[in-house]
Amino acid sequence: MSARSVPAALGADVVCALEGVGVTRDGRRVLAGVSFALRAGEVAGLIGANGAGKTTLLKVIVGLLAPDAGTIRRATGGVGYVPQKVLLDADLPLRARDVVGLGVDGQRPGLTLSPTRRRARRAVVDEMLAAVDATAFAEARVGELSGGQQQRILIAQALASRPRLLLLDEPLANLDLRAEQDVVALIGRVAREQGVGVLLSAHDVNPLVSVMDRVVYLAGGRAACGPTAEVVRSEVLSALYGSRVDVVEVGGRIVVVAATTEDAHAHETDQAVASGLAT
Amino acid sequence: MSLGGLIAPGFFSNGPVRAALLTGGVVAVVTAVVGIFTVLRRQSFAGHTLGEVGTTGGSAAFLAGVNPLWGFVAIALVAAGAIELVGVRRPRQRDLAAGLVLGAGLGLAALFLYLGSVTSPASGGASTSILFGSIFIIGPSMVSSIVALSAGALALIALCGRRMLLVSLHPDLAASRGVRLRLVGAIYLLALAIAVSLAAETIGAVLATALLVGPPATALRLTRRPGRALVAASLVGVAAVWLGILLSYDSYTWPPAGRTWPVSFFVVALVLVFYLAAQLPVRRLRARPRARARGEV
Amino acid sequence: MFSGFMLNTWVAATLVAVVAGAVGLFVALRGSSFVAHAVPHGAFGGAAGAALLGWNPVLGLGIFAAGGALSMGWLSRRGRHDVGTALALVTMLGTGALFLSWSNEYASQVYALLFGEVLGVARGELLPIAGVGAASLGVLALVARPLLATSVLADAAPTRGRGARRVETAFLLLVALATTMSVPVVGALLMFSLMVAPGATARLVSDRPGRAAAVSVALALGIVWSAVALSYVLNWPVGFFVGTLGALAYGGGRLLALRRAGAGAPEGG
Repeated sequence: MSARSVPAALGADVVCALEGVGVTRDGRRVLAGVSFALRAGEVAGLIGANGAGKTTLLKVIVGLLAPDAGTIRRATGGVGYVPQKVLLDADLPLRARDVVGLGVDGQRPGLTLSPTRRRARRAVVDEMLAAVDATAFAEARVGELSGGQQQRILIAQALASRPRLLLLDEPLANLDLRAEQDVVALIGRVAREQGVGVLLSAHDVNPLVSVMDRVVYLAGGRAACGPTAEVVRSEVLSALYGSRVDVVEVGGRIVVVAATTEDAHAHETDQAVASGLAT
Repeated sequence: MSLGGLIAPGFFSNGPVRAALLTGGVVAVVTAVVGIFTVLRRQSFAGHTLGEVGTTGGSAAFLAGVNPLWGFVAIALVAAGAIELVGVRRPRQRDLAAGLVLGAGLGLAALFLYLGSVTSPASGGASTSILFGSIFIIGPSMVSSIVALSAGALALIALCGRRMLLVSLHPDLAASRGVRLRLVGAIYLLALAIAVSLAAETIGAVLATALLVGPPATALRLTRRPGRALVAASLVGVAAVWLGILLSYDSYTWPPAGRTWPVSFFVVALVLVFYLAAQLPVRRLRARPRARARGEV
Repeated sequence: MFSGFMLNTWVAATLVAVVAGAVGLFVALRGSSFVAHAVPHGAFGGAAGAALLGWNPVLGLGIFAAGGALSMGWLSRRGRHDVGTALALVTMLGTGALFLSWSNEYASQVYALLFGEVLGVARGELLPIAGVGAASLGVLALVARPLLATSVLADAAPTRGRGARRVETAFLLLVALATTMSVPVVGALLMFSLMVAPGATARLVSDRPGRAAAVSVALALGIVWSAVALSYVLNWPVGFFVGTLGALAYGGGRLLALRRAGAGAPEGG
């Protein structure tokens, strides 16, 4: 098996397709045989407990890590990416709009002096700020914004290069309930309006149920992919974890619980499930 | 006080003073521009290290009879490479790398000083001027190399400044957009080495650190826009240097009479005052008169 | 090499190495190399001031070391740490330059303070060193555990607050105390090198705090003893050997850690 990353030969609106992707780090197999495809305008949740390999998989799709098995195909036009736990210093000399501007041309060397180019950049920045409902705080220092506001700005930044694929690593971490709901709604809207495929990681399915078109569930180094109702089921997850896992619905919320803790073999996985998923 | 009373007679017609104002101003702008990124990347210690280690090159060049400026730049580049080699990504470790390089570099400086004092016993004075600089003894022959090095450092920052801002958001984010982190880091360290050794040679290692860190840190509090931060840092740096030179010139008439107070003291004090003044929360400044009006104070 | 005044040198070097090695482990754990450099170097300004007033230089040194360390803590709480440390350092050095310009001291005497004259220790200097050294170790024993906790969990919420601030202040004062004890005898350069390299190396090769402290002290002793011996034989400055040997020790530590980790490189140490 050889690792390949080829851009072409995707279906009409498929923005990213993985086939049999495997990753080994420090001699340890982190992921194996991960396959799924994502279409434009679709939202997919990458769900798994802490340490399940979500961040690793996202980095592999972005191209920051090389897979050592399988193929990754991405639509041309680049990838928008927001890493996990971005901590912006309070004294960063950047307004919210400057951060979005860096999304347009931050990777280019040199200065932009041409007025036409600057106007064009400004237009894109305004459009992206409007797309994430951030026009109101566009002039504020980015380090002084709330977590939810920063997350919006980072999403606008990632969209500014007009990618067809948007990868968000734990965008809901450290947000209060209200901000969480706002960001989730925003992600659903952005995917439809901008026509990008969004893959976002989270340790809990529940906040995403309303916007997710499909789920990529990571456990035990493997992935199950499909519509939420088909994947987040006892049989599928039990097979993935290699031990019995129950999926129950309580008051409209999906709760994943390890069935027993007596099975010594599965003990560690059980704990991971319990701590990472039971809500 | 009138301007005429503040500026002692002969200030502007004094040749060394004019040269000091010119080079000091240029150096203040270069260190301020480079320093914005030094502060954002939390590399003050690395910057200070390059300045102090540069003095080693300065004394080595002095021993070899070469223009010390080139010794400064050469050693600063070697030290920057060593920091990059030892250094790892986490800021804590980066400080450690700077510490190790500085320890070894100062050790070398001690050796050169010793060898220098063995070969020519009069070099003790030269070494103090390397640490504290003597802005009033910049020869006209140095001006062209100072201008060339300044332009070089500024060009490097113009080349990679935007990418460094992207890195300051998050390294992975920058890498995902095709920014080569090591390359950008290396270009920046090159600019830092040039700026710091330029400053250390002309105004001393102490002032080099003060100007590299103080004005940018002040500017970061004053403005939230990257372009304005660069301008504000430069203005603060130039103001500190020019006022410092002026005060030092004036201090000839102050006690103890008959000797000037060092420029480095004034500049450092001004840099600290500017930084602390920028720290005062604007809210408190505004609230006070109102409270007084209500008779609460 | 071990007779007469050289005996004092060996004793002083040993005392300094023990204290620097122990404090140095926490310098490495807290990532405080800049503070370990700034306090001893900046303190020279105090010695210059004391010389101006006709006081004992050690008194001026102590005042500057403690005052500088406290200002570093104060400034660091109000902005970026490295900025606060740098500004405190340059202020101390700038003030020192002012004092020097007022006094008639020769520059070479300042350099003795910065680069050290460990080969010329008088017998009478040993007792104060031993006393302050013992005090430093006593303080260290008192604060070692909270210091360890706040160093390792620097970003965890429970370690912020007032308690952590007190621990930070205690650490800064500890560096100041160790500085006051050693700089007049061995110079700022030696003290700084001994507070950085052995601790950093110990941290690489051992992950148990007790053992790391032992390794750090042992390395500091090894470095300083070799440096004194080499300096005696070759007649080159001690500071040169301490700096170089420290860097070599750290390089060796990195290699050892690399080999232990197998093929994988240590991620950020």
